Amino acid sequence: MEVRAQTSMVFHLDKCIGCHTCSIACKNIWTDRRGTEYMWWNNVETKPGTGYPSLWEDQDKYHGGWDANGKLQLRSTSKAQVVANIFHNPSMPTLDDYYEPWEYDYQNLFNAPEGSDQPAALPISMITGEQIDIESGPNWDDDLSGSPIYAENDPNLAGLTEDQRRQLFAVQRLVFFYFPRICNHCLNPACVASCPSGALYKRGEDGIVLLDQKRCRAWRSCVSACPYKKTYFNWNTGKSEKCILCFPRVETGQAPACFHSCVGRIRFLGVLLYDADRIEEVAKTDDDGLIDAHRDMILDPNDPEVIAEAKKAGIPDSTIKAAQQSPVYQFVKVWKLALPPHLEYRTLPMLFYVPPMSPVLSSKNDSTIQHESDQLFHDIDQSRVPIQFLANLLGTGNESKVRYALKKLKATRWYRRAVTVGDVDMETARRMLSEADCSPEEADAIYRLSALNTVDERFVIPPAHREEAVESTEDPMDRKKSAGFGFLAAPKRGL
Amino acid sequence: MDILSSYLNDLFKYLDVPLMLVLPYVAVFTMVLVTIQRYRTAKFTYSSLSSQFLENRQHFWSVVPMHYGIIIVLLGHFVAFLTPSVITAWNRQPGRLYVLEVFALAAGIATLVGLISIVVRRLTVSKVRVVTTVSDWILLVLLLIQAGTGISIAIFVPWGSSWFAASIAPYLWSLTELRPDIASVTGLPWLVKWHFANAFLVIGLFPFTRLVHILVVPNPYLWRRPQVVRWYSDK
Repeated sequence: MEVRAQTSMVFHLDKCIGCHTCSIACKNIWTDRRGTEYMWWNNVETKPGTGYPSLWEDQDKYHGGWDANGKLQLRSTSKAQVVANIFHNPSMPTLDDYYEPWEYDYQNLFNAPEGSDQPAALPISMITGEQIDIESGPNWDDDLSGSPIYAENDPNLAGLTEDQRRQLFAVQRLVFFYFPRICNHCLNPACVASCPSGALYKRGEDGIVLLDQKRCRAWRSCVSACPYKKTYFNWNTGKSEKCILCFPRVETGQAPACFHSCVGRIRFLGVLLYDADRIEEVAKTDDDGLIDAHRDMILDPNDPEVIAEAKKAGIPDSTIKAAQQSPVYQFVKVWKLALPPHLEYRTLPMLFYVPPMSPVLSSKNDSTIQHESDQLFHDIDQSRVPIQFLANLLGTGNESKVRYALKKLKATRWYRRAVTVGDVDMETARRMLSEADCSPEEADAIYRLSALNTVDERFVIPPAHREEAVESTEDPMDRKKSAGFGFLAAPKRGL
Repeated sequence: MDILSSYLNDLFKYLDVPLMLVLPYVAVFTMVLVTIQRYRTAKFTYSSLSSQFLENRQHFWSVVPMHYGIIIVLLGHFVAFLTPSVITAWNRQPGRLYVLEVFALAAGIATLVGLISIVVRRLTVSKVRVVTTVSDWILLVLLLIQAGTGISIAIFVPWGSSWFAASIAPYLWSLTELRPDIASVTGLPWLVKWHFANAFLVIGLFPFTRLVHILVVPNPYLWRRPQVVRWYSDK
């Protein structure tokens, strides 16, 4: 057993209102520079939809992630292919797959020569400065469920029956939910494994995946290897960039900007301890066993044996304590509510999603609207978002894990309604809880952490102990009075 | 044509010492010193600035033939320089000489065609033009001259793989061993001398251009484990 700590995340999709505050917080801090205008390290997609970059989940198009036919193998590249394809990356998405960033020519409003028409601020490309026709944007299919161009092409619709598709797209029953995405800071990251220069790395202490700007040589392998398309190529500096989980904030005990700004309070951040010896074995597990294997490699931070091994591996007590209080551990391992996105790409993502409940299914009877039926969990299997769709997104195509989570969520909701409102009877609520493998205490805990959480409950960030880490390699006094971090020269190219 | 040719031969004969003796040393020393200096002070810039992200299709048809062509041609030059006897032994049978010459010429043409498409792409695709610098243009012009003169030599001064061993290799070795002797090359046609001088210009400008990416080709990737973990503390 080799215990390592991983800063992990849970996004509660049931609570996401799709306001994009997270995206804006991130953009303002990290990607408002030249060359990064098109990058959205955090973006929010409408599901069903094609997302950003368009159709990123279609790995026949982008060749992201791993194949496991006996041996783990990147789909986009291999050692031999890196040599052969070093000049031209065959699976590289281009700017057109994202969108061409634009600005408006506001100066024209002031400088336009006198004419018979009002001058207009026409869109101009932020790359060339030329006038462009805007053809797509970072959120182009926002709220566009039912669209034949976007929603109907969602790769997660694979395997859905005609009936289910009709149910999803029938007019007046259209339904969608939001899917916020950042880098998953995977345990078996394809971007790291593909980088010919060794510029990408996982931080040993907290598992954040970073990209060394000085070692990046613009081979672009990470962009094609990441199945989530969360590494981006900066065309201006010739370096790839990605979500850094706001490590300068995390190291000082603050939540990343997208977490901190989330108005729906859907985001949770905490430490998970895991067994690094099992990464390869888990990544090779067949699709049906993947979710269980992934969960199994996450270790119980209260187990004395795990604690002893963690200490042996040099994990500080403060990190172990944070792991014990981690909200992520509760959602992922104890309650089994949160599921990793597209685990079948085998990068072992450490961002987990609580699947969304569909809007309540109602029926009209003698002009009264009814929300009930005899089957307690009827609206899970007949829900407006077909469960197969959620299973393709969060359950490696397997419905059982998603159904388990949704049942527990529904039972919790029913139980709390019996407690607080009282218009449903407690006996039914308790029966639902027991059918959903949930005790009243657990339901209360889920309710408390989902609905009444405080900042300190959502983000449990251990001290980074960087001051000690720096001491081993350099004299901290050298750093005194110096500003910022990293290298301070402007990222100028031209040579 | 003959008059022009003899005029150019005369002109290059005047320039023998500056081009064939001084320039090589200046170029190589500049390259070594500035290459090291740039690595120490501007590591961030030590790569090529890929434009594939901005334009994908023409990129393939220009960059790929250029690189494969130029690698084959350069390797040929190095083999002829390092082990001239291998080449002369191979060329002893005319059939093998033809095969080698045609193969080298094909690689040279691939390089030239690739270079021309690179120039066309950088001129016509507006997004790519944005990331093209003055040093890129200088380099492209020099490489076009290099490929153009190289192919012309293959056609007008044929069987270079044989006479390279007889006249160029001894000259290059005399430069390398710091006892320069240009006697064996003074009689060569102007085309060859131009090819030669231009090559040393490229070498001299090497550290000032994107060519430095040749030095950072990722060979450790072939041996390293897939995953990379960095620890801040001693581990």
